[in-house]
Amino acid sequence: MSRPVPALTPARKLKLPRTAERTLANGLTVIAARRPAVPLVELRLRIPFAKTNVARGMLLAETLLSGTSELSNVELSAQLQRIGGHLGASADPDRLLLGGAALTSGLPRLLELLGLVLTDAVYPAGEVAAERDRLADQIQVAKTQPAYLARAALNRRVYGRHPYANQTAEPAQVAAVRPTVLRSLHAERVHPAGSVLVIVGDVPPTKALDAAEAALSSWNGGGKTVELPPVPPIDGGPVLLADRPGSVQSSLRIGLPAVGRTDPDHAALQLANLVFGGYFSSRLVENIREDKGYTYSPRSAIEHSTAGSAIVVSADVATEVTTPALVETWYELGRLASTPVGADELEQARRYGIGTLQLSLATQAGLAGLMSSLAGSGLRLDWLTGHAERMASATTEQVSAVAARYFAPARAATVVLGDAKVVTPSLSAVFPIDDGED
Amino acid sequence: MPALSARRVRIPTTSFPVEQFTLANGLRVVLAPDRSAPVVAVAVIYDVGIRSEPEGRTGFAHLFEHLMFQGSENLEKLAHFRYVQGSGGTFNGSTHLDYTDYYQFLPSNALERALFLEADRMRRPKITEENLRNQIDVVSEEIRVNVLNRPYGGFPWLKLPPVMFDTFPNAHDGYGSFVDLNAATVADAEDFFTTYYAASNATLALAGDFTVEQATELVQRHFADVPARPRPVRPSFAEPDLTAERRDSYVDERAPLPAFASAWRVPDPITDFDAYLPYVVLAEVLTDGDSSRLVERLVLKDRAVTGIGGYLGFMGEPFEVRDPTALLLSAHLPPGGAIDDVLRTVDEELDRLATDGLAAGELDRTKARIATQLLRDLDPVLGRALRMGTIAQQRGDAALTNELPRLLGEVTEESIVSAAAALRPARRATVEVVPGGAA
Repeated sequence: MSRPVPALTPARKLKLPRTAERTLANGLTVIAARRPAVPLVELRLRIPFAKTNVARGMLLAETLLSGTSELSNVELSAQLQRIGGHLGASADPDRLLLGGAALTSGLPRLLELLGLVLTDAVYPAGEVAAERDRLADQIQVAKTQPAYLARAALNRRVYGRHPYANQTAEPAQVAAVRPTVLRSLHAERVHPAGSVLVIVGDVPPTKALDAAEAALSSWNGGGKTVELPPVPPIDGGPVLLADRPGSVQSSLRIGLPAVGRTDPDHAALQLANLVFGGYFSSRLVENIREDKGYTYSPRSAIEHSTAGSAIVVSADVATEVTTPALVETWYELGRLASTPVGADELEQARRYGIGTLQLSLATQAGLAGLMSSLAGSGLRLDWLTGHAERMASATTEQVSAVAARYFAPARAATVVLGDAKVVTPSLSAVFPIDDGED
Repeated sequence: MPALSARRVRIPTTSFPVEQFTLANGLRVVLAPDRSAPVVAVAVIYDVGIRSEPEGRTGFAHLFEHLMFQGSENLEKLAHFRYVQGSGGTFNGSTHLDYTDYYQFLPSNALERALFLEADRMRRPKITEENLRNQIDVVSEEIRVNVLNRPYGGFPWLKLPPVMFDTFPNAHDGYGSFVDLNAATVADAEDFFTTYYAASNATLALAGDFTVEQATELVQRHFADVPARPRPVRPSFAEPDLTAERRDSYVDERAPLPAFASAWRVPDPITDFDAYLPYVVLAEVLTDGDSSRLVERLVLKDRAVTGIGGYLGFMGEPFEVRDPTALLLSAHLPPGGAIDDVLRTVDEELDRLATDGLAAGELDRTKARIATQLLRDLDPVLGRALRMGTIAQQRGDAALTNELPRLLGEVTEESIVSAAAALRPARRATVEVVPGGAA
């Protein structure tokens, strides 16, 4: 007996939450959205941070919450706990990001504590010394992780001399950072100009804006604008083989060119990426996982940064199938770039792309992250409506044309991290190899 | 600076509506409607996990989870993925000590399709030799990427149970050995399905954009004719508590720095929930943030560890685990760090807590953090479906989910002090990671 799979009922229209926005006199933009399912608030603050020294930037993020002139790190943490809250900071080549959450009733207090940290972080010598050691240890551990090493090698290969090439400091560089340097970096760069604060939760948006204005208006607006140069074009060339002796897997990473969210090619590129490896029902997953069993989690993703976007393909495969797995991955790139995308697979990718927009709006934390990341591209939530329409109307011809432009293997920057002694013979029989030695 | 208000923070509870019923074939159903966004989560939780897998078949519960995605009565291999994702939805499954879950998160117009897909594989997954061999390869790569090819792989969840426990169900490697995985047969899978994947041994939980009437009708339509089979008898996994300290260590060739994890048995989470909850709060008192006891002392003051975490359950799921389970502390040390010194300090801090009690405000702020975390877990409809489904299965009533903030709020200082006093060295199991990667 064969039962039919039920049809979908009519889709509800993409439903955007209610939002409000205000730019304060000091230049801080605040965007608030209401999502009342639980009595919590989420916040995300992005502060432009381009061209910051990597070691100093990382340590500033680690020690920003280490105390103010009146609150120690322990007291600050206890104050946050009292409202069920937390705050955390991280830095990357584009921005310093502060994230936090609290019970709804604690929003004013959370914003006050945020303001206190932004205007009065003191970088105490003892705490900075301790965090310096911890960060150096964390970096040492990271450097033994294949995922970290493979990505670092890909970044160097893709970005050359651009600041994106090197996103993590060496332990020795971290060890050299003094508290005075952090205080001047904070004074120079931690300002509201160009910064965007997102507040999402069980609060009327205008009330959230008022609370932010009350707490953050005194934040000094005297920042300067620092911009990164655009990323260089990706060049193809030999496969970079990074040796990790004794590895029982090889980490394959491929960088390809992409465009930002506002580019006319963007919607079609997103669909092409889905067809290639951007979700489970993709060619890459069906080939090297579900057919051949080479890997657990192959995938491709479009990554957007301020100075440029890239497609990153990744798979961790058994050492003995390194070469066939890379051959299949390159085959799928070539197939996508040179033959038309099927109408059925495009339809399916389209429904996934549009449907998951709805899912991304359905939690406070997800919504806050999405709004913050859109703001990084100068966009607001309502951009999603147009994006859904552009995905809905993209034709197979458009998607195939975009695929030919961006997925061409000739433009792929490829990195293999693994046991070079074992994989070199078969890999070099198929691919030109650069073993990283000059 | 802003005034340090002494006002007490009111801890909110949740009041998610919950409807529950059981079908004639024994399938328990939990419905949690929420029309605030046009999305829906569907979860099926089977009452079988790592602790139930047969001896000689380590890793089988997890391997079987993979096989449930490889086709079913009316669907070919790959069809499940395509139908879910082609509806704009996402899916996954995961294997735990005491249960295995399967879930979908989709736009609400795909609700009936999601139910069909789950019912179809509850009737019969399509398990072929080819799919079995393929998924053994995939699982082998999963083990390599998560355990074998990285530092601290499987630490501590795979490394500590064999130190603390003696019986196969509690002590074996839930990811499985390659020998056992490769020896698995289609017949093993058929037996496992027949025994454990009965409708009467499963809970179906729906949360999100539907009405109770509509969902009830759709659940009936798709699941009522799933054949009834008897629910397997769940054996006791009980083991006596430790009476003498246990220590073990292993060399991790990839790890550059030392680490350790310790655990103490806690009261039965199901039958002795009131006695269990103080340990949930205690773990946060010890390790939540810079103002917690062990972070302040060991990370910030002594700098004896670079980070420390404390939690209930080997997989960090305090409300989704049965007895026996434990309170765990897991810490990473700086180069040359001495684990014995750290353990002595832990004992000292536990003694101090047991003797002097909590500081003013310490309990309230810890509870506020726990309440936030509970609410954050339940904000996604998927998180709600999974927690409600598991709680219904293990505790008989999904509505207890709404009671958790209140029950945790009622935990007293005295009970936390007693819990701290019970974490004696003689009841402790510890596993050390000896770094082999760096001198």
